[in-house]
Formats: sequence, C-alpha cells, structure tokens
Amino acid sequence: MRLQLSPEDQAFREEMREFFTTQVPERIRSKVIAREELSKEEWVESQQVLNAAGLAVPGWPVEWGGKDWTQLQRHIWHEEMQLAGVPQPLAFNASMVGPVIANFGSQEIKERFLAKTANLDIWWAQGFSEPDAGSDLASLRTTAIREGDEYVVNGQKTWTTLGQYGDWIFMLVRTDPKAEKKQQGISFLLIDMTTPGVTVRPIQLIDGGFEVNEVFFENVRVPVENLVGEENKGWTYAKFLLGNERVGIAQVGASKRNLATAKERAKERGLLERYAGRIVGLENELLALETTALRVAAHSDAGKPHPASSVLKIKGSQLTQAVSELLMDIEGPAALTSRDARVFLNNRKVSIYGGSNEVQRTIIAGTILGL
Amino acid sequence: MDFTIDSEQRDLVAAVRGLVTKVYDSSETRRAATNAEPGFTAWERLAEMGVLSLPFEATPAEVSLVAEELGKVIAPDPFVESIVLAGGLIEAVGSDEQKEEYLDAIAGGEILPVFAWAEPGRDWAADAASVTFSDGTLSGTKASVIHAERADLLVVSAATDAGTGLFLVTEGYTAETERTHDGSRAATVTFDGTPAVPLGAGGDESAAIARALDLARIAYGHEALGAMQVALDTTVGYLKTRKQFGVTLNTFQALNFRAADLYVSLELARSVITWATVVAADENSSDADIAAAASQSALQVNRAGRHIALDAIQLHGGIGMTAEYSVGHYASRIIAIGQLVGDEAFHTDRLAATLTEHDVLDPIG
Repeated sequence: MRLQLSPEDQAFREEMREFFTTQVPERIRSKVIAREELSKEEWVESQQVLNAAGLAVPGWPVEWGGKDWTQLQRHIWHEEMQLAGVPQPLAFNASMVGPVIANFGSQEIKERFLAKTANLDIWWAQGFSEPDAGSDLASLRTTAIREGDEYVVNGQKTWTTLGQYGDWIFMLVRTDPKAEKKQQGISFLLIDMTTPGVTVRPIQLIDGGFEVNEVFFENVRVPVENLVGEENKGWTYAKFLLGNERVGIAQVGASKRNLATAKERAKERGLLERYAGRIVGLENELLALETTALRVAAHSDAGKPHPASSVLKIKGSQLTQAVSELLMDIEGPAALTSRDARVFLNNRKVSIYGGSNEVQRTIIAGTILGL
Repeated sequence: MDFTIDSEQRDLVAAVRGLVTKVYDSSETRRAATNAEPGFTAWERLAEMGVLSLPFEATPAEVSLVAEELGKVIAPDPFVESIVLAGGLIEAVGSDEQKEEYLDAIAGGEILPVFAWAEPGRDWAADAASVTFSDGTLSGTKASVIHAERADLLVVSAATDAGTGLFLVTEGYTAETERTHDGSRAATVTFDGTPAVPLGAGGDESAAIARALDLARIAYGHEALGAMQVALDTTVGYLKTRKQFGVTLNTFQALNFRAADLYVSLELARSVITWATVVAADENSSDADIAAAASQSALQVNRAGRHIALDAIQLHGGIGMTAEYSVGHYASRIIAIGQLVGDEAFHTDRLAATLTEHDVLDPIG
C-alpha cells in the first residue's frame, strides 16, 4: 500500500496543473468557478485549447488522439481540470459518441467524425430518451425504416441537453420493430441536425433556464453510411456508452472546489462555526468518494466500467446536490435572488440522468449482491 | 496511491482467517467463549502464529489486515486493545529495559497489558485529569478499561506536574468489572496510593498517547469494516432465502434497495478506512496527518457502521433481535467500536479545528 505519488505521477500532476491554470483562459475558468453558464463559443474555445495540447480525449484509442495513461493519471487529469475550473470536454463528444465510434464504427466513419468530434468542430447532441422511454430506455419508439440507401426516421426524443447548440445528434432508433425483445432491433444512428424534418423545441426547467430540448423527427432521410457498427446492435453500444457516462459522473473535483468555495464564503461571513459540522461531514464523504474512485479506477479492465461505478454515480450525485445545498444555505435570504438557489434546483437532475439513482440501486442489488 | 496488498500480506490474511474461523467456527462458539472467563479463546494460538508481535515488527498495513479478519468473526480477543494500543505504547515510550522486559512476553501471550485512559464523566480526551501521580503512587479512577481484571499489566495515563504521563501498575488497585453489550468486559479501576513506575522517562507523554490512540482507531476501523462486511453478507443471504407471503424476501424492491444502500455505505467506508491505514503506514506522515486520518476513519466507522449494523437487524426482522442469531452480535460489536474510537460529534469537532488549514482535502500526497 502506498500513499505518495511516484515522482513521475507527481510531475504529471504539476504539468496538468500548470497547463490548466495558465493555458485555458481565466475568463472562462472564473465563470465555471462562479457556476455561471458558458456560451457555446466558450465551450468550443476551451475544448480546442485542450485538444491542441492532446488533452481533450485521453480515454480514446491512441491512434485517434487518446493517451496511453494509467488509470491514476486519468484520475489526476480529471481532478486537476475540475479544480482549475476548466470546462470538461463536452461529454456528448468526448465520453459518449466518440468512444462508441472509436470502438464500434467502421474505418470510414471514424475518419469522418473522430477528429472533428475531439476538436468540437461538431457539437453532438444525445438522442436517447423519449417521452415514454426514460429509465426504461429500451422501450423507445422512434423508428428508422430502410428505403434504398437511406433510413427514414420518425419520432421524438427528449431531455436533449444543449441540443440548441447541436450540429449532429447520435440516436438510438428502432430499425426492427418485429424483434422478439425490445432490446433487440435498436440501432445507433448519426443524424445531421440541419436535415429537413428535424425540429428542436426548448424545455424550460425549474431554475428558469433552457438547457434541455425536445427534438422531433418527421420523415428525416438519413444516409445508411451514418449507421454506427451493425444494424440492430445499438443496445450493446448504448450500454457501453452509459457505463462510460457513469464513471465520469462522480464529479469529485468539482464538488471539492465548490465545497472550498462554501468554506471560504462561510468564513468571510463569520459563519464558519455554524457550518463547520456540515463542511467536515461533506469533506469526509468526498474523501470517501475520491478514494473509492481511485479504487474503482485501479480495478477496471480497459474500457469496461467496474460494477461499483454505480456507487460512484449514487454518491457523486448526492454530494453534488449536498454541496450546492450548502452554498445556497450560506447565502441566507440572498439565496432568493442568487444563482446558488437556481443551481441547487438545477442539480436535482444529477440523481435522475445517467441512469437514475434508483436504476443504480437496481444494478447494485442485482449485479453485485445477487438479490 | 496504491491499495493493493502483496503476496506476503495475502498469506498473513489467509493464515489468520484459517485460525480464527476455526476457533470461532460459529456464532454459538463465539458466544460460549465470551460467556466463560476470560472471554476469549484464540489468544494463545494468535501468539503462536506471531500475530501478537506484528505491531512491533510489521507496519500498520499488516495490523489492519489482521484486525479486519478478527472483525469478520467478531473475535473477542483484545488484539487492538492490548497489542496495538497498550503494547504499542510500551514500544513507543518504554525504556530499553522496559521494552526488553515486556514486549517479548506480550507477543508470546504471557503478559496481557491494557491501557487505562478514559475517565469517568469525560469523553475521548487523551489527557488525564482525575487520575494523578505523585510520590511514586497513583490515585483516582479510570473508566471503561477493557479486560482490566484479566490484565497482568496496566498502562495508566495520569496527570503530573509536567503534563499527562504514563505509568505501569501491576497490583494495588481495585477493578469493578461489568460485561459490555458486545460480550467483552470493562472495569472501573480505582487507584488509591497505588505504587506505579513511570513508563519511559516519566515526562509529559501527551503526544505519544494521542498517536497511539489514533493508530488504534485506525486498526479498530478495520475490525469494524470486517464486521460490517459480514453483517451485510449475512443480510443479503437472508433476503435470498427467507420466505414470506410464499416468496423470498428479495422479491421486494423496498428491501433490495435498502441492501443496495448498505453496499454503498460499506464500499465508501472501506475506501476511507483503508486510506487511513495507508496514511499510518507512510513514514512521511506527521502525527497531525495520522490524527486527521484517524478521525476521518472514525467518522465512517460511526456513520456507515451504524447504518449497516442497524439495518442488518431491521432487514432480518425478529430473528435479528435474538442472542442465538449472529447478526445482532455483529451490530453490537460495530456499535461498541464506535464507542471505543469516539463518536461522530467528537471527531467532527477534531476535524473542524483544522478546517481552515486546507482549501480542498487531498487524499494523495
């Protein structure tokens, strides 16, 4: 057992810290730290700075821009990025569609999309959930019926985060409506959002913002070469994607940074004694989350999430929520008009998306405990 | 940071597991051992195996691995109390002559030492106030001294003009022993002009006492962790086999979700408790680092421990309340360990005192 980082990992951490705090524009990082919304341009600018240095998609295969890092180095990269307030590479690109294309796509589709995806030249939207397919994602009904060299897509997707910025959307569509099981007959299809018949309609959330959308598809014609992998194998790719999504979702570094902000504010207002117990408790739980993330990382097979990643999803989301609750409470009556209360409300989402915490409990009970 | 254990450590775990699962092969055997005197039956064999010398020869990593195995069978033998804590103090503070006189005998199981430190009406504070030392004798009362009656040697903390000192006592005191809720024994020990010799040079030993208590807390964490693991495993096994309404209990999502939450608590606690051992085993760690790690571990022992211990009983239903069944004894031991290491409020206060010394808490050095 060892606590200290090796000299190499220590140097790696210094290198990351130096890069994130000097190369990514301060005006963008301070907005992240103040928990303000970024513009599309700011997202793109930040990711392109990372990508130019080869730091946007370290988890991808090396030939497509990935890094041959250890799990610990990936943890350090992620942690330092969040501590410095660097916006994470857009998850839809870097953690979701990119790895699916890299693992399951044809050479042709990799060449078409991967470089532009890493550089955020293409902004991807996620077309998974539907009005009647939330936690029960496999019951999705959007269809893609083959006609010659095209699929004709009809249906509706929802909860499409930042879909208003989307250039392309990666979709789960039903290509075989007669399949025996609902998990069969699903395919993974890429659609240009400027194609006629695609309509994006924003949904206002309880914090007043518009970060999610409904996306409608009416006789949208999509070339068959936009299919990723094999037809009717989409559910396999989706499970792979959701497993990756869960690992990054713990947001340890961001919660640590926000808790440090809470501590600082409590101190400034002379309220540290009142909130010390809550802060100590949250630091303890974040310590538990981070050391668990390190344990899970150390025992993950390449590309395959550890079953205990459900623990990270549950606890990570709870702590994101608890820290934003503390920040709101420290605001006092000013919370009525402050951003903190809106962020707190907005953060209700984290225990719902990425497989709701109840879905995670089902996974733990079934897969790990055998109940 | 690296949590993996090497092959020698794996062998140690296997040997200790082999021994204690044989000595305490059922809840009934263990209960019978606690109901007879002195209340534990694996001691000689642990000594023969060399386990009782580990704190003096190996690192906190080996100590923790052993404690976890003892926790899995809730072995009533006072490994942490006598060896890690009392023995650890003699090793840390004792003169060369004292170490020579006692350490081998302790490791061989011939002398059982205990540390008398808690005082009536006080919390887990490490300083002594009610027991005082002057003119070669001790006076005053210590509380909750585990196995004081069986002990051959008491290490006693006492107030002196120079601060809190440590003293060795072999006779001339009274011990009023009671059974603890987890089947052990704890005594109120009264000194009245009791002859005592200083352990070591006889000065202020506050720092050594604090460090020894913190190292013991970290070892206790692993004992609790072993017990939590088995309490959860037992509960999961019960949910799969117990039938009500004509079906097994794992048919009910409400119960499965609670078991899943116990698993979350267990895995998070495992990480912090193991991390604390890694801190203790790192030669670059300061006393303050070890104190902080011990408090972080103790918070998990209390929170996760109570969550798992109490829900394990609830999910069993009535059978979990019985002395005949194992899970209640596990719950009792987990709760007792919380009472030995210090409760959530105590450790929260300790950590709050250094809250502004860091911006974010970083587990990796």
